[in-house]
Amino acid sequence: MKANSPLERLYNGIYKENPTFVMMLGMCPTLAVTTSAMNGLGMGLTTMVILTLSNMLISMLRKVIPDEVRVPAYIVIIASFVTIVQFLLQGFIPSLYDSLGIYIPLIVVNCIILGRAEAYASKNGVISSIFDGIGMGLGFTVGLTSIGIVRELIGAGTIFGQQIMPASYEPVTIFILAPGAFFVLAFLVAAMNKLQIGAARRGIDKSEGCMKDGGCANCSNHTCSGKIAEINNK
Amino acid sequence: MELLMIGIGAAFINNVVLSQFLGLCPFLGVSKKIDTAAGMGGAVIFVLTLSSLVTSLIYQFILVPLDMTYLQTIVFILVIAALVQFVEMFLKKVMPPLYNALGVYLPLITTNCAVLGIALINVQNGYNVLEGTINGFATAVGFTVSIVILAGLREKMEYNDIPKAFKGFPIVLLTAGLMAIAFFGFSGLK
Repeated sequence: MKANSPLERLYNGIYKENPTFVMMLGMCPTLAVTTSAMNGLGMGLTTMVILTLSNMLISMLRKVIPDEVRVPAYIVIIASFVTIVQFLLQGFIPSLYDSLGIYIPLIVVNCIILGRAEAYASKNGVISSIFDGIGMGLGFTVGLTSIGIVRELIGAGTIFGQQIMPASYEPVTIFILAPGAFFVLAFLVAAMNKLQIGAARRGIDKSEGCMKDGGCANCSNHTCSGKIAEINNK
Repeated sequence: MELLMIGIGAAFINNVVLSQFLGLCPFLGVSKKIDTAAGMGGAVIFVLTLSSLVTSLIYQFILVPLDMTYLQTIVFILVIAALVQFVEMFLKKVMPPLYNALGVYLPLITTNCAVLGIALINVQNGYNVLEGTINGFATAVGFTVSIVILAGLREKMEYNDIPKAFKGFPIVLLTAGLMAIAFFGFSGLK
């Protein structure tokens, strides 16, 4: 596939650099709103819309914004789109607005959005940036929805509100409470590590999984990661 | 009494990391050693208290009278970023010892979603300036307590025999999950 073509961008976002499973970005919403498949899907799509719009605008303005003030400029752009989307949700999908609550405005500080602005949209053309946003957003949606499905299935015996488990199944409520989020993610990352250890043994280098050490430590270099590494190396 | 309840609620019952998942970045990233964890906690207490005070003031005395509350997200994030930057410069000039202790942690905090999260929670719950500041301070204390406990556990875990796939991030998440269960106990205080 040609680099930066729309299709390559989508593939990159959904599979190769999947923000949830490979890059481990945006952990706050990943853990907080995935109490059900529906919430995960809603959060993923909301983030996707904002990411696509902000990528588009930042890419359009990439020659106008001076380098020294680019981060504040990006933050203002992102925060404006978040505010717009927040009001649209409140007006048209109030049930989703209520269940996502404070995590909608918090999309502003989601590492993925600033990270893509910095790493991709500020250097590439408008069309490929739009598709980068869609791809990454879909990847995030897939991640959140699948975590949501697992938690909802174990914690309530349903998927998207449909009863799946037999009636005799006693739901393990802890999985839709806070600790369950940590447990599901822990096992997921462990499974990823297992696959990577196997791949390494077969001689395939898969070094993208940066999860050896800590959280969204790879936020985008100027913010979290560099600093966390710095502190740990002291 | 009301203020005490807000404080206990924010620090323990609705613990910021373990039940609201705000500020996971530093919680997982800077919890390898107890002293760095405590340093991070100190910096968070400092910044969160100050930022809740400032954002509450701005919300009550600028945004509400001008009827511009819809701008809260944009205004808060800019104010927080500027505030952290300012605190860093101020400490460097006026209190070098404190800067040396907290300095490296300050830039990290700008992108900590707990700071913006608390500013928004203060608005959502309709707290006045005093209640908002107490809420910010108590939340930061809750953060410090949980990050120091996690760091202590992680120091001990260094010597344990952990399955290869669980090394690093997964085992920390499992530990955090167990801590979250333990913190559920505090909901009895309500």
